[in-house]
Amino acid sequence: MTLTLSPPTATPEPQAPLQPQGWLRYFSFSVDHKVIGLQYLVCGFIFYFIGGALAGMIRTELWTPLSDFMPRETYNEVLTMHGTVMIFLWIVPVVNGAFGNYLIPFYVGARDMAFPRLNAVAFWLIPPAGLLLISSYFIGSASQSGWTAYPPLSLTTPATGQVIWILSVLLLGGSSIFGGINFIATILKLRRPGLKLLQLPMFCWALLGTSILVVLSTPVLAGTLVLLSFDIIAHTGFFNPALGGNAVVYQHLFWFYSHPAVYIMVLPAFGLVSEILPVHARKPLFGYITMVYSILAIVVLGLVVWAHHMFTSGTPPWMRLFFTIATSLIAVPTGIKFFNWLATLWGGKIALNTAMLFSCGFIVNFVFGGITGVALAQVPFDIHVHDTYFVVAHFHYIVYGGTVFVIFGSVYHWYPKFTGRMANETLGRLHFVLTFIGFNLCFAPQHWLGLNGMPRRVAEYDPQFTFINQLSSVGALLMAISTLPFLINMVYSAFAGEKAGDNPWRALTPEWLTSSPPPVENWKGPAPLVTHPYGYGEAPKPQTAVASST
Amino acid sequence: MTSSSVPSSISGSAESQAVSQALSQAVAVALPLVDSSHDAEAGHGDEEGHGDFRLFGLATFLVADGMTFAGFFAAYLTFRAVNPLAEGGNYELELALPTLNTILLLVSSLTFHRAARAIHQDRIDACRNWLLVTAALGFTFLGGQMVEYFSLPFGLTDNLFASTFYAITGFHGLHVTLGGLMILIIWWQSRRGGRVTRANLFPLEATELYWHFVDGIWVLLYGILYLL
Amino acid sequence: MPIPAAILTLGLSVVLVLVGLWVGQNVNMLPIDASANAPVYDELFQVLFSIGTSLLLGIVGLLIYSLVRYRRVAGDTGDGLPIEGNLPLEIFWTAVPAIVVLFIGIYSYDIYERMGGMAPLNDHSVHVMQASADSSIAAGMAMEASQGSGGPARIWGGISPTGSGAAAVNVDVTAMQFAFIFRYPESGIISGELHVPVGQTVALNMEAKDVIHAFWVPQFRLKQDVIPGQPTLLSFTATKEGRYPIICAELCGPYHGGMRSTVVVEDPETYSTWVTKNSPAPLPVSVSSAPSAPLQS
Ligand code: HEA
Ligand code: HEA
Ligand code: CUA
Ligand SMILES: [Cu+2]
Repeated sequence: MTLTLSPPTATPEPQAPLQPQGWLRYFSFSVDHKVIGLQYLVCGFIFYFIGGALAGMIRTELWTPLSDFMPRETYNEVLTMHGTVMIFLWIVPVVNGAFGNYLIPFYVGARDMAFPRLNAVAFWLIPPAGLLLISSYFIGSASQSGWTAYPPLSLTTPATGQVIWILSVLLLGGSSIFGGINFIATILKLRRPGLKLLQLPMFCWALLGTSILVVLSTPVLAGTLVLLSFDIIAHTGFFNPALGGNAVVYQHLFWFYSHPAVYIMVLPAFGLVSEILPVHARKPLFGYITMVYSILAIVVLGLVVWAHHMFTSGTPPWMRLFFTIATSLIAVPTGIKFFNWLATLWGGKIALNTAMLFSCGFIVNFVFGGITGVALAQVPFDIHVHDTYFVVAHFHYIVYGGTVFVIFGSVYHWYPKFTGRMANETLGRLHFVLTFIGFNLCFAPQHWLGLNGMPRRVAEYDPQFTFINQLSSVGALLMAISTLPFLINMVYSAFAGEKAGDNPWRALTPEWLTSSPPPVENWKGPAPLVTHPYGYGEAPKPQTAVASST
Repeated sequence: MTSSSVPSSISGSAESQAVSQALSQAVAVALPLVDSSHDAEAGHGDEEGHGDFRLFGLATFLVADGMTFAGFFAAYLTFRAVNPLAEGGNYELELALPTLNTILLLVSSLTFHRAARAIHQDRIDACRNWLLVTAALGFTFLGGQMVEYFSLPFGLTDNLFASTFYAITGFHGLHVTLGGLMILIIWWQSRRGGRVTRANLFPLEATELYWHFVDGIWVLLYGILYLL
Repeated sequence: MPIPAAILTLGLSVVLVLVGLWVGQNVNMLPIDASANAPVYDELFQVLFSIGTSLLLGIVGLLIYSLVRYRRVAGDTGDGLPIEGNLPLEIFWTAVPAIVVLFIGIYSYDIYERMGGMAPLNDHSVHVMQASADSSIAAGMAMEASQGSGGPARIWGGISPTGSGAAAVNVDVTAMQFAFIFRYPESGIISGELHVPVGQTVALNMEAKDVIHAFWVPQFRLKQDVIPGQPTLLSFTATKEGRYPIICAELCGPYHGGMRSTVVVEDPETYSTWVTKNSPAPLPVSVSSAPSAPLQS
């Protein structure tokens, strides 16, 4: 390791006096991107545990083939709430909001986001929206129509719950759009002078791609949900066949958002992995340019594949064929990313710590889920397994095995940055092993269930599937248990963890070229110009060190 | 940095502070990007000379907003292509009033442009007059919409076409209302001692961009809903 | 002693492909195949399963190998080699997946064609559901009638009978919360169970009364949504006698999980006995105006 970090000498600028200091600031309308990032992170984890407890209820109900644990209506409420909470309140806010806010300003060499106030507004939309959503349990009934809210079902289930669901998703969509605008402006406009787009760490590109998807697709969902709420409240007939409307048009509009949404959930995770692997393998990120292009390709293709969720919905044959081909093609740019990561590891000096373990777990799980995804993209294949547990298995492999694994890996990787202390490795590895086993035990058998005749979203099932379902439930229990070492670790290490120093990983990306945790203005003194964020193994480039900016 | 921006955003004479604060709060809630406080500078500090990118942010927001309309239009066109109306339904609309309305709105884009030109030439009074004319045109347009709504033979829930028609024009009308209010706010703010000056053109430029966007959407809407 | 890397790679790839093929051929993950297109489906499944296994094993193998082989030795604070790219390699791993997915795409198109998925839906004489005939059953389909009585109703999607001739057996399927109702227009039978003769093409004309449901028979490898206001078509030829579950596969309300029925595949004689026994018989649902003669098309 050859990089020398000269301690910044410039006098620190006076800090914002109007912002509360200390722990109180995490409960304030702070405009500091680091505070907002951690607000997103903790808030997201709270919702993760709520969503996980709901998953626990699902798995408990499915322990027996009978609907005996909760009423059938409640089961539908629980699964709707589980899907909605996990997607809109956990994955999307955490990979975009939390890590995006924390890291992007560092990566572009800025002291904050382009629109700090808008940023705070975007965050503070989330807790009320989440509370609103969850409150629907207690004021009558929650939405029962699945996270997809297909009409006419969503028009006939209790209206209160559905309207609250719509309202809450609209708020969250708004938050997401504000966040997206902020990221685009920050990455494109707020870069430190001298820093070129193609010198940015990969996470910036991932977030740029994500934000483009957010800006282009979320508004369509918003508009659609407004129409749906008209159908419920004002008795219009957009999606109500009984009034001359068309239920399938809703599906097109919904998936026009919700397919890109899956890349909104995974592209930032790709970015985070691209940051973690080079640091712990001590090698440059392989194929930087092709990584950038593959992100852009995924963005473009991601916008034109939505109807693969509707192969049995009465779409015309030519349409199915087009969407099969477009969807399958996404495997190519995604594959490029995976091979690049493998090549990054190849020949490195790999430290197999917790962050690395979770990242490698991500690679295994995501490739599994991606391959079942490509199978699902084939119309004839999908016709059999659509709306079965095969699909449930596919997407949990991706969202949990992929994105959630990356979130855990990232928390371990940036924990010293957030707190100034190291997370405990033993507990971390225990967490990984339990999660990995529990996860695969929970979701791998579900592929078989789907192929053999178990539909999704059912509270009761054919008794021949009892044993496999119990396996799956045991896996879920293991996952729940695995969060214990994690939580203990997070709390314990924050107070008693080994002091980390500023740059325990000897990393080259700019967030490490300052103190841990960083000062309010990110760097005491001018922002460093980092043109080789992955310059491991190279002779030190003069500009990698802290350079003056003016 | 952040600190300096907070007090300095409350400029203007003492007695109007409360008003302008309330107004800016209102705008901040409606459309945070238009808020004219110094968000931008807070980001990068004084040592780096970035341009003002709030307009860029607004433009991005308008792309998003445009996608909402795009979704509505796509839904409308699909409905129209595949869902025949029950008897009595009809896609034909009376054209005279909407055409007049279209012209009003287009002219209002021109008058807003004149207002912007005027302020660039430091002719504040002319600018404020043009703003008033623009707002008047906008609200006349809304009045025209109202007249049309009340004279139409169908109501919101009569058929698929009626519902879609009201949803799209209503959503657009909401945009015009918002734009009209923003113009009035700017008009107020550009009085002597107000915050909108040649040195702080952002609120005016933002509103202008927004107003042109709303007009552009109307032209599309007119083509798709009325002419097609 | 050292084997050249290229040969080693080649050898390992061959082994991987062979393992994939073996798994695809020998690991059975599917229920029995009871329709003409089920074996076709299983063929596709085997191919996908083989490709998927090879890919997964290959990538996981590479990953584990690198983790073991390039593990950092304690105390080593050096960096790895600064390799930032390798054009031929990158072209290779762009081209191979591209070829693989294009192959999969074309192949699955072929499979789909063989299943009848690409047959035009409104060209041949699809039996049109008689929406107006039976007031109590078809009440929910009123809007379909209003869309244009006269010519054949538009079929919105599904799988039509392969070949030119129309299906041997036509059944009108109505899905509602939470049951399927099968009407045989030729004989006027109304039943809660679907009976079909083995080896003959059956066409289901499906429409829902209230919300979206889906008709799924895992042993037939077929599924089609049943949508209110948008009739869909599903045709199949059962090949093995037996009783198979019909499962509703679209969330349709609290009892979605209980919305199941049975398809009984029987030899033609048993089938026609069933038809004659049930035809004029008193119907479970009393329908005074039910026409007993075959309905006009
Ligand atoms: C983060 C979330 C995420 C991601 C990234 C993906 C990624 C993909 N998804 Fe998934 N998907 C979901 C979340 C996600 N999905 C969800 C939530 C649902 C269900 C929604 C609901 O109904 O509730 C769903 C459902 C779903 C369906 C509909 C199934 C159905 O309902 O019937 C389909 C069908 O095409 C599909 C396909 C794909 C494909 C092809 C990819 C591809 O992007 C995967 C590409 C990756 C790889 C292929 C692996 C790496 C590549 C290589 C190693 C190269 C070599 C590979 C080959 C040559 C094959 N997904
Ligand atoms: C996006 C992210 C995401 C994540 C992370 C998860 C995580 C999990 N999911 Fe989820 N799931 C969805 C998104 C997600 N899911 C979606 C979109 C649907 C579709 C909904 C729909 O059909 O509309 C779905 C549906 C779904 C189903 C299908 C329901 C059905 O169709 O009937 C099942 C069934 O097993 C399931 C299980 C689980 C499990 C066991 C976890 C586990 O990984 C969770 C592990 C975490 C914990 C367990 C939390 C920590 C522990 C505690 C807080 C203690 C309390 C725990 C217990 C009492 C056990 N999920
Ligand atoms: Cu009918 Cu589910
Ligand atoms: Cu998708």
